[in-house]
Amino acid sequence: MYGGGYIFDEPNKKQLREEQQHDDPEKLAIFEARISKGEKIEPGDWMPAEYRRQLTRLIEQHAHSEIIGALPEGTWITRAPGFKRKLALIAKVQDEIGHGQLLYNAAETLGKSREAMINDLLSGKSKYSNVFNYPAKTWADVTVIGFLIDAAAIVNQVANAKGSYGPYCRALERICYEESFHLKQGHDALISLATGTPMQKAMLQDALNRWWQPIMHFFGPPDKVSQHSEKLMQWRVKMASNDEMRNQFLDTYVPKLWELGLTLPDPLLHKNIETGRWEYTDPDWDLFFKVINGGGPCNQERLQVRRWAEEEGRWVRKALMNPKERRALPVA
Amino acid sequence: MNAALQKAITTLITSMADDALILGHRNSEWTGLGPIMEEDIAFSSMAQDKIGHAWALYRILQEHLGGEDPDQFAFIRAAKDFTCCHLAELPISSYDFSLMRHFLFDHAEAVRYESLQQCSFEPLQQLSKKVKGELKYHTLHADAWVLQLCRGGEESQQRMQAALDRCFPLAAGIFEPGPQDALLADAGIYPGEQTLYDKWLNTIYPLLVNASLNLPDPAAIPPQYGGRYGNHTPHLQALLQEMGEVFRLDPTAGW
Ligand SMILES: [Fe+2]
Ligand SMILES: [Fe+2]
Ligand SMILES: [Fe+2]
Repeated sequence: MYGGGYIFDEPNKKQLREEQQHDDPEKLAIFEARISKGEKIEPGDWMPAEYRRQLTRLIEQHAHSEIIGALPEGTWITRAPGFKRKLALIAKVQDEIGHGQLLYNAAETLGKSREAMINDLLSGKSKYSNVFNYPAKTWADVTVIGFLIDAAAIVNQVANAKGSYGPYCRALERICYEESFHLKQGHDALISLATGTPMQKAMLQDALNRWWQPIMHFFGPPDKVSQHSEKLMQWRVKMASNDEMRNQFLDTYVPKLWELGLTLPDPLLHKNIETGRWEYTDPDWDLFFKVINGGGPCNQERLQVRRWAEEEGRWVRKALMNPKERRALPVA
Repeated sequence: MNAALQKAITTLITSMADDALILGHRNSEWTGLGPIMEEDIAFSSMAQDKIGHAWALYRILQEHLGGEDPDQFAFIRAAKDFTCCHLAELPISSYDFSLMRHFLFDHAEAVRYESLQQCSFEPLQQLSKKVKGELKYHTLHADAWVLQLCRGGEESQQRMQAALDRCFPLAAGIFEPGPQDALLADAGIYPGEQTLYDKWLNTIYPLLVNASLNLPDPAAIPPQYGGRYGNHTPHLQALLQEMGEVFRLDPTAGW
């Protein structure tokens, strides 16, 4: 569904330095000059090894987030209330799979096969957005995901679309276009509950309370502890800091929630008029890392479902790969 | 239009819509879980088309035949009042089953909507033009996939044959005749189930032969009937329970 703002990586400072030493300084200078001029880097172009590695990781995790992100909402396709919501939800989840497809294709241009990426997802080696390790418990959760998670994704994806790698930017342009429909549908469904019966309002408020912390986690740890290197910013792989994106999200969407009479479970949440920045209680970052490392409520389940799908589809993929000559005669 | 004919048209449209809704619902369960991403997306599109057809048919009932609001009619009705065929009700099972069901059902629909191009009930005739166009892509998709999987090695071929054997009596049940068939034929609504069944067999037979599949002997295998009279497999009850779970929390609320 979305690449979270946060891209997981093992500590890599040593690796970064070694690999950079291997890059031809002249080529590196040309490469960096192209980026600072705003040029896009294309698959056949020379690129530093570390650029390739970081981008592969970024796009791959984004792709995984799309197909894993399809699962929490996907479980509500069979229960969506009424034709309009049912059709909108199927179409949305379908779009997310399409995003996954576009992104795997973009990542493949960097040299890693889709199969290898899927294997790394299933083995737990490769991560996806943390937010999908939480359960969608009620229909209201679907509306909160559709509005707020898609909104957060848009903030992140619009930023990334201005990055330096051509195939990723082009995939993101199309994705952002579709995400804007998701946001509209999500908002519409959320408003129905927010302006509905007392039961519907209570259901929505409960969902919002449960999703608030995962949403605050979405863009990743605060800048003061985040280890994203300046290099990634200079190379236009990382386009905005975690705090910048979180602030932009809060600035656009918190007022919309408050306008609907909804509350958010953080008494400190407010906009500082002088700085123009939002202030809030720091979410539990230990929990964030615990969930990323497999300790969230749904990590196991998400990967199990994905494994089932891979296993179940194996014979189909095999059949498509090895078309045999047709049998000489029908046996009828 | 006299009351008997009105009732007969309502019966026909309801079973067509129930088939499309229930099978569209089933097929939508593959969204996000398909065997390859490209097919996941295609299958989901067709599921959306089916649910869309059902919605349009229920709206014809509402607007022209005194029927209920489509959401109320679809999400609240009891299983015994549904008239879908058993083929549509069964769980998605494996992809071989789902694909074969798609092939057999969509060809049945294509034959039906082709016959409705001349329907004397105008709202249905109008809708059938649009639906026919969409079904063309569905049957092309089904044909290509059945063929490809039948030529994709032994395991795949065997799976497709087993799926056909399992689906065939269920698919024949799509054409369960009803007491209204003669009246509808006389009134120029559509030619009746027996005629559609024969046309369907003629359509699928060469395609199956081309895919090296053995068509079960239609004369030796009794069709699985009952759905058109409200007799269903237990799967329908479970499906409807799930489909209406949220809507029933408050059927008068806007969702
Ligand atoms: Fe999404
Ligand atoms: Fe997406
Ligand atoms: Fe989305």
